[in-house]
Amino acid sequence: MVSSNGNRPKRLHTLSVLVENRPGVLARIAGLFARRSFNIESLAVSTTDDPQTSRMTIVVGGDDDTIEQITKQLNKLIDVIKVHDHTGEEIVERELALLKVHCTMEQRHYVIQLVEIFRASIVDVGATMLTIEITGSSDKIDALMELLRPFGISEVVRTGKVILSRGEKSP
Amino acid sequence: MALSIQTQTVRGAEILVEALVREGVEYVFGISGGAVIEICDALYHYKGKIHFVLNRHEQGASHMCDGFIRASGRPAVCMGTSGPGATNLITGIATAQMDSIPLIALTGQVPTYNIGRDAFQETDAFGLTMPIVKHSYAVRNPYDLPRIVREAFHIAWTGRPGPVHIDLPRDVSRTPVDLSQVDFPETVQIRGYKPTIRGHPLMVRQAAELIMQARKPILYIGGGVVASGASQEVRQLAERCQMPVTYTLMAKGGFPDDHPLCTGMPGMHGTVAANFALNFSDLVICVGARFDDRVTGDLKEFAKGAKKVHIDIDPAEIGKNVKPDVPIVGDAKTVLGQLLEIVGPKRHDEWLLQIDEWKREFPLVYERGDKIKPQYVLEVLAKVTRGQAIVVADVGQHQMWAAQYYPCHRPRQFLTTGGLGTMGYAFPAALGAKLACPDQMVVAVVGDGGFQMTMAELATAVVYRIPIKVVIINNLYLGMVKQWQDLFFGGRYSGVELEGIPDFAAIAEAYGAVGMKVTEEDDVERALVRAFEMEDRVVILDIYVDPDEHCYPMIPSGRSVKDIIVHPLLREKAKKELSRLVA
Ligand SMILES: Cc1ncc(C[n+]2csc(CCOP(=O)(O)OP(=O)(O)O)c2C)c(N)n1
Repeated sequence: MVSSNGNRPKRLHTLSVLVENRPGVLARIAGLFARRSFNIESLAVSTTDDPQTSRMTIVVGGDDDTIEQITKQLNKLIDVIKVHDHTGEEIVERELALLKVHCTMEQRHYVIQLVEIFRASIVDVGATMLTIEITGSSDKIDALMELLRPFGISEVVRTGKVILSRGEKSP
Repeated sequence: MALSIQTQTVRGAEILVEALVREGVEYVFGISGGAVIEICDALYHYKGKIHFVLNRHEQGASHMCDGFIRASGRPAVCMGTSGPGATNLITGIATAQMDSIPLIALTGQVPTYNIGRDAFQETDAFGLTMPIVKHSYAVRNPYDLPRIVREAFHIAWTGRPGPVHIDLPRDVSRTPVDLSQVDFPETVQIRGYKPTIRGHPLMVRQAAELIMQARKPILYIGGGVVASGASQEVRQLAERCQMPVTYTLMAKGGFPDDHPLCTGMPGMHGTVAANFALNFSDLVICVGARFDDRVTGDLKEFAKGAKKVHIDIDPAEIGKNVKPDVPIVGDAKTVLGQLLEIVGPKRHDEWLLQIDEWKREFPLVYERGDKIKPQYVLEVLAKVTRGQAIVVADVGQHQMWAAQYYPCHRPRQFLTTGGLGTMGYAFPAALGAKLACPDQMVVAVVGDGGFQMTMAELATAVVYRIPIKVVIINNLYLGMVKQWQDLFFGGRYSGVELEGIPDFAAIAEAYGAVGMKVTEEDDVERALVRAFEMEDRVVILDIYVDPDEHCYPMIPSGRSVKDIIVHPLLREKAKKELSRLVA
């Protein structure tokens, strides 16, 4: 069922996966995705307030059946404590990116304007380049990158997004 | 904490073996080596509490362990040293994973301070087994061993069972421990692991309603029924609601073959009756099976007119291949018990008459000829053993014939590698089964190909006096592949001719077992009778059969019941019946 139906709507889902902070847990999850040919769009891992628990924020694409299988297969792993699909929820979403942009002295002014509009910041300056740090939703980062592309982006690194549900209680 | 033996040195290895004893482990199957030498030493100290069976290949050890567990439902452990010992265990672990067998695999590892340095016999066993285990542990501290072993057995044996691997570096098993600091826990606490046992009452009620409404229902049972011990419940439900039963290869014996409601096995080499009943039913109640492609064929065509109820303890199985109308997550025995509380008696006379007619019109058939027919051997085997033996089938044509022609009537009577299809499984697994059930007849049914993969275990059989019988259905070919090449590749044989087949009887004798070679049909029964009369001997019967016999019925892979190929004798009739059914 996983790849049999190309017509069904595919979309990106963001999963919060709480896992035991143990050696091998990342490999188990990465291996599961590889083995069942699920695609990871992005992945961010960190510890939580409990040092024995880590949180993985995984963005995956697929139709509903695929996402259901992914969720169930993740839950099956002994080291996975909880899986939550944030799709359709009120969430706070952040991603950080560093972008190295080429620009001449004359162009620099335009680039700095864009950086200000996006509330990004410049973290390194060279004769013909700027390094920009931007935090925000993945869409916001995409938008800035689109606008900077004509100048020539030579290097990009993105953290992958992290998210939390809005409000008092986080699942 | 006191150990159950007297010993001067207490190392990680003793803690490990003590923990195994506390889990009720009677046997460790394996091969020694540098990275497990302390464990071997500890097993020496524990002689009398736990038996260490020395195999001839770690694959043999893993299958022997698997056979022990499948036949008895009791725990056992297999072991290999680091590096090649671990890689040799892999096939057995994967076999156990595919069939949900709670095998515990123990591997030695280079000392922690050498890990990652490509030390002698270092391999990332933990990484290698990761995709083929239910869970795994890389031990770093001997004081963790009691907890790890307790958790490993708990995880392996509960929920959907499955293999667990423990990788143990040499320094951990070598380190002396202070017994006063060791605690053997009774219970486990695993945050991420809580199998659902009881089915959701609402879902159970919906299933009951579908059962009461159905006109042509069928129970389709799988290995989960055996694992959960639900045979009795299956039978009660089938009888109360007068529903036919079809079983997967993994559940053969889970419902008696001679029961009037039994249709036999469905799928690629299943009976016509089972395939028709399943595909032309209006309700499929799947219990502990997983709609495997060998059963369903083309999923789009499978049981198109039927509603589906899927009962499984593994939520990930539900909706994986087939989307059920009523999903029930829970243990087969418990959920069937819940169903039995609410479903009333029902009759399906017309449906059952139809199925009886299919059984009558499309029996399993074969034609006798000059050469011994493999099906005949299986029939005689069933007769000679009065259908009472534990049958362990390898992989290939003989496996399907064993499933078709050896009627079983109790769970854990028919053991085979259903999911992985591992050639070489049956002989060592039969040895394990016999160790577990010494009072029962145990027979391995193998092909001349598969037997050659693990026949080194003849030494294990003889040394430990494990008097099983091995029936080699010798057709001089990798028969199942040859059959495909006959039917779908214009008879272009490639990679199927087993030249250089040895005299298996002579090999058996050389190891100190009894060997018999049978080439005439008239001798088959006599030889089998003699073999079983020699109750305390390992007997290898090398039976030369017709190499050109094909296994029918057959649904080519990826196709549906409409493409079923039956024995030539029944082809016309089947064609007619199918066009009637499809219309
Ligand atoms: C380890 C392994 N290798 C290859 C196969 C593919 N395979 C499936 S059946 C078969 C033929 C088995 O031949 P044999 O053991 O002689 O039994 P027969 O089919 O002749 O009864 C083969 C090669 C397999 N299942 N397992």
